[in-house]
Amino acid sequence: MSTIFRPYTPTSQRSDRSARDRMRHRQKIKDSIRDNIGDILAEESIIGRDKDKIIKVPIRSVKEYRFIYGENSPGAAQGDGNQKPGDVVEQGNQDGQGQGQGAGSQAGVDAFETDITLEELIAIMFDDLELPELERKALKSVLSEDARKRKGHRKAGIRPRLDKRATARNRIRRKLSVKGSRGVDVEGEEQRFPFHDDDMSYFHIAPTTKEASNAVVFCIMDTSGSMGTVKKYLARSFYFLLYQFVRQKYANVEVVFIAHHTEAKEVPETDFFHKVESGGTYISSGYRKALDIINDRYHPSLWNIYAFHCSDGDNFYSDNERALQAAEELCKVCNLFGYGEIKPSGSAYYSGSMLEVFGQIQAQNFHMITIEKKEDLWEGFRSFLMKDRGSGVSAHGKVFGNSEGAAAAAP
Amino acid sequence: MSFNIEELGRWDDKIRELVARYGLNCYPQEFEVCDHNEMLGYMAYTGMPSHYPHWSYGKSYERQKTMYDYGVSGLPYEMVINSNPCLAYLMRDNSLLLQVLTISHVYGHNDFFANNFTFTSGTDAKHVLEMFKNAANRVASYHEDPSIGIDEVEDVVDHAHAISYQRSRNLAIQKLSDEELRKRAWERAQPSADPWRDIHPTPEYVAPDFTKTPAEPVEDLLLFIARYNPYLPEWKRDILQIVDQQTQYFMPQMETKIMNEGWASYWHHKILNELRLPQDMHLELLVRHNQVLRPHPGGLNPYHLGFVMWHDIERRWNEGDTGREWTDDSPKVDVSTLDENDTPGRRKIFEVRESDRDQSFLRRFLTRELMDELHLFQHERRGKERVVTKVSNEEGWKDVRDTLIKSVGTGSIPVIKVEDADFGRNRTLYLKHYHDGRDLQLEYADHTLRHVARLWEREVVLETSINGKGSLLKVVGDSLKIERL
Repeated sequence: MSTIFRPYTPTSQRSDRSARDRMRHRQKIKDSIRDNIGDILAEESIIGRDKDKIIKVPIRSVKEYRFIYGENSPGAAQGDGNQKPGDVVEQGNQDGQGQGQGAGSQAGVDAFETDITLEELIAIMFDDLELPELERKALKSVLSEDARKRKGHRKAGIRPRLDKRATARNRIRRKLSVKGSRGVDVEGEEQRFPFHDDDMSYFHIAPTTKEASNAVVFCIMDTSGSMGTVKKYLARSFYFLLYQFVRQKYANVEVVFIAHHTEAKEVPETDFFHKVESGGTYISSGYRKALDIINDRYHPSLWNIYAFHCSDGDNFYSDNERALQAAEELCKVCNLFGYGEIKPSGSAYYSGSMLEVFGQIQAQNFHMITIEKKEDLWEGFRSFLMKDRGSGVSAHGKVFGNSEGAAAAAP
Repeated sequence: MSFNIEELGRWDDKIRELVARYGLNCYPQEFEVCDHNEMLGYMAYTGMPSHYPHWSYGKSYERQKTMYDYGVSGLPYEMVINSNPCLAYLMRDNSLLLQVLTISHVYGHNDFFANNFTFTSGTDAKHVLEMFKNAANRVASYHEDPSIGIDEVEDVVDHAHAISYQRSRNLAIQKLSDEELRKRAWERAQPSADPWRDIHPTPEYVAPDFTKTPAEPVEDLLLFIARYNPYLPEWKRDILQIVDQQTQYFMPQMETKIMNEGWASYWHHKILNELRLPQDMHLELLVRHNQVLRPHPGGLNPYHLGFVMWHDIERRWNEGDTGREWTDDSPKVDVSTLDENDTPGRRKIFEVRESDRDQSFLRRFLTRELMDELHLFQHERRGKERVVTKVSNEEGWKDVRDTLIKSVGTGSIPVIKVEDADFGRNRTLYLKHYHDGRDLQLEYADHTLRHVARLWEREVVLETSINGKGSLLKVVGDSLKIERL
């Protein structure tokens, strides 16, 4: 009986057997990241400007759990003869069992934690969000200031823009034509043939118009005394999602933070999340402030405007009418305007709500959600973006679409 | 490619001649030439040409590929499957010397598969490939079944993988049927024959409990669940059996890693030295051989340990130094007058390759002198560090050896048995960890218990010991509850 050698067949003739299992694995990782996104968001600063910032994401569902021995199991290993009892062979606390667990096949301790950049994380988050109409909206053409382009030549110009090649070519052309027409021997050694002003050719630089994609995100938040840490944390996570989403879509994104209680002011990010003011709430003040800022700096013809307001719904009754009016005005200038009512752990039962008031808003680009816990964030966010599709009610059932809200509010 | 198939064939002829001369008793051999991508693919699927799909193999592929791409680890030269005919892969980009080395090494494994008792008693080499293929087809059919689907199948496989190693390890030990177990229990309950029963007090008769399931604690978790959870649909039962069957196939490999690799290395070393390679190939051989067999300080290279031990056994038996505990009474012979294949040393190693597994191999043949030479030591965790606690000196060497024995092969898998399938009369599955001084890793135990519970579809509890205190682990809602016993 002789040994059989089967020759090599090129890979292209075979199917890639692990392709599907790899895909399933990647899907698992994505799902796991999505499940943990609430936790991840809690750690991040809302303006994660550094795209390459690396985030550690523990991937739980792809760990393969088995019964294994813990830390107190001894191991045996080979040394170089210098080991004495008491020597340290492994420093620090490594996850799972370190090396030197001895021979044999360890059942496999996999401490699976993946490092991904913020950019990748966002990409995964929005990957299969099935983005609505937003993508189809025409980008606005803006005369951008810093983008310039060479465009044709001019006879006059400044020295740095001299096109030397064209200038030299012009001179040679003139020389040949002189020689041809006059029969002058220009090749002679004594004959100089200097550059003439007519030879000079300069690049012309023209400003270009560019499809500018500017967007501004207005984060409006109620910072009155009733907004506790938990509520702020939920709000912040939502703003983070919104900011990251908008940043995906537009090249130039700015963020404006407006904090309001009975008065509103524009604040830096740190103050926005960490300062607690006391006192009552006039929601309209926040909206007015936003409208003012839009008027001043972000004209709707140049900017895509996204505004989102988080509050716990406790508003002075007398302000409701004004708030409604201001909200309607905001709807007119914004691409999307949302209101999120944050009611952690059942506080909905004893505090006020703006849902009914805002339910009267008819604008298509207005959307309301309630957020009770971390898990609602993603669903809420999804439904917020889905708004343009006209699907007000998400599967989650926590989301009040405009039309439904209106129906409920109607007597 | 620096060689062609005919050339390999010529080398193989020479190698097989030597294999026959040395008396290795192999299955017929088949080699398949593949490239590194295919090698990665085979590695992910434990070498099998067909295997049921599961995401964990995708994960394994990605990990191997990443390590390979970044140069963290190379690819193995050889990948060989315990089947009859024995199937092995050769990587096409390897040099001719590596191919010759691999072929020789593979014959060593082949002989080991065909003769070692763990393999001959526990696996059916003739039908291995068919078995895997068949299982793959069945699992694929569940994937495609519209009433089941890939998600559900993968879930069940997840649960099954979590406890797949929780099964009997020594396949040579015959399993008794329920009837035999009951008979044994009854026999045990009978008073033993006692010549002095007139003066001894009569022991009280305790009737054996025949109603209990299982009659005796059972190690085979998957098979137990498949048999005793009446609500499992047939396809889930089938998956549990498939996973168990395939784990059984890998048990002997885990149980004999050191012996097996050592044996194959012993023979490739012998064969290649006998082949009279041209000088350039011989120089490469020295380099490659040392790469494979170098010791790994701080770890343990099974190739190296096995290789050294086989040589040590042969030398000792040839010199008549058979040890205090394992005296061989046969008269001393002058080895130089004997045929190389007929020396006591050679006969001994052939005997041991058939009758031992790693744990017994180390216990019987790892001598204090050899441990000294290898500088083996024992390390334990102290706070955040791992600290050397014992070295192989006069008082420590046995402890170091015993620690080594505990950590090789299936020794690194906790023994957990089903004690009662109807604990508290409400179908709670009562598992017990047979504690040997090593605690369980609780995070893993927690999640694994959840997997078991998903298969058992009722509460599952695990008795173990944590820091010396008997404890009962229960999964309650989202957290692990630990009750002191």
